[in-house]
Amino acid sequence: MQFVDLAEEGKINPLIPHTAELVVGAIAFTLLFLTLRKFVVPMFEKAYADRTNAIQGGMERAEKAQLEAQRALVQYNEQLSKAREEAQNLREEARIQGAAIIEDLRAKAQDEAARITATAHASIEAERQQAIASLRNEVGTLAVELASKIVGEALDDQARQSRVVDRFLEDLEKSK
Amino acid sequence: MRDLLRSSSEGGGFVPPSSGDFELPPIFGDNVYTTKPIALVFLSVILISVFFIISSRKAAVVPSKLQFAGESVYTFVRNDLAKDVIGHDFLRFVPYLFTLFTFILVNNLFGIIPLLQFPTMSRVSFPYVLAATVYLVFHYVGIRKQGAIKYFKDIMFMPGVPKAAYILITPLEILTFFLVRPLTLSLRLFANMFAGHLLLLVFILGGEHLLQGVIGLKLISPFAFAIGIVLTFFEFMVQCLQAYIFTLLAALYIAGALADEH
Repeated sequence: MQFVDLAEEGKINPLIPHTAELVVGAIAFTLLFLTLRKFVVPMFEKAYADRTNAIQGGMERAEKAQLEAQRALVQYNEQLSKAREEAQNLREEARIQGAAIIEDLRAKAQDEAARITATAHASIEAERQQAIASLRNEVGTLAVELASKIVGEALDDQARQSRVVDRFLEDLEKSK
Repeated sequence: MRDLLRSSSEGGGFVPPSSGDFELPPIFGDNVYTTKPIALVFLSVILISVFFIISSRKAAVVPSKLQFAGESVYTFVRNDLAKDVIGHDFLRFVPYLFTLFTFILVNNLFGIIPLLQFPTMSRVSFPYVLAATVYLVFHYVGIRKQGAIKYFKDIMFMPGVPKAAYILITPLEILTFFLVRPLTLSLRLFANMFAGHLLLLVFILGGEHLLQGVIGLKLISPFAFAIGIVLTFFEFMVQCLQAYIFTLLAALYIAGALADEH
């Protein structure tokens, strides 16, 4: 071949292309291009798309979860405030009820006290009546006794009279 | 292999590697379709296809290690090159840019892969082909997007420029769009790979040649090999970088053609 001869002469211009190499280069490049375009690029692009979808899907899921969490938080807070309100109401009610009970008890106690006082008054009165009755009785008896004594002595003498009365009173003193 | 044979058979004087070292003979007889660069190009197509088909076949939301490896490369081209440069409507160009990047990268890396050790892109024909595809794609995109007349008019008479400046700018723009862009695109890639490979050849063949010399020269040869190894790492960087630059520029040209104003 010509180029081999040239090589041996050492007069080769490396910028001159060879037809065979041009043809092979074009064919090889085209072949590679078609192969990569048909078999490789679509697969990698598909992997890219899948990955993008996966990431997007993940983000969407995360967003949804966050939204749900927020909703739960709001709900929880609502419930909490409602419970607080309820507790407040209960406390208020209890306070009112407590006050009512105390008032009630106090009224009852006063009634009782009044009743006891009244009973005491009544019994004292009764005793007093009894005492008066018995006193009256006794006074009668004593009067009768005194009268009989006076009658028993001679009633003519003034001095005697007073002596009798004094003796009687002394006796009375002694018998006590 | 040929290089090794040559330097040892010629014994006496050291023949520095030259452009002739890139003219590899056909493997089978006289068939010019069986040279090493051509075999490497087909190998690259097979390797890239198999790797990416396997790594993308079960592409899932949670990637396996293999999918992650393949997807990293794809994501790099898709997002860092296509999306960032072209912007809106970039998806259409991802297969093309992805092919461009992987094709150039793997063929460049062949330059330092043991046993293969030949950067296919140091054969100027391949960068020519690739630059031609870029050329066709970005002009086609521009014409489709803006209509042939407006597209070429905008190239020749850049909007927002004083009329007098057209005398200077119009020829420059025409040159840029129709000649400089494809030429620089292909020659940059070619020259980097060509020079890099030549550099490696110099140090490794030179080291080998020194090894056959007298004792003093033998002692120097390890240094030549060491530099050869360091340069191999350097080449790795250049190979990746060139694949990136080529794809980036292709994306930029497409973006320029898609934009309303150049």
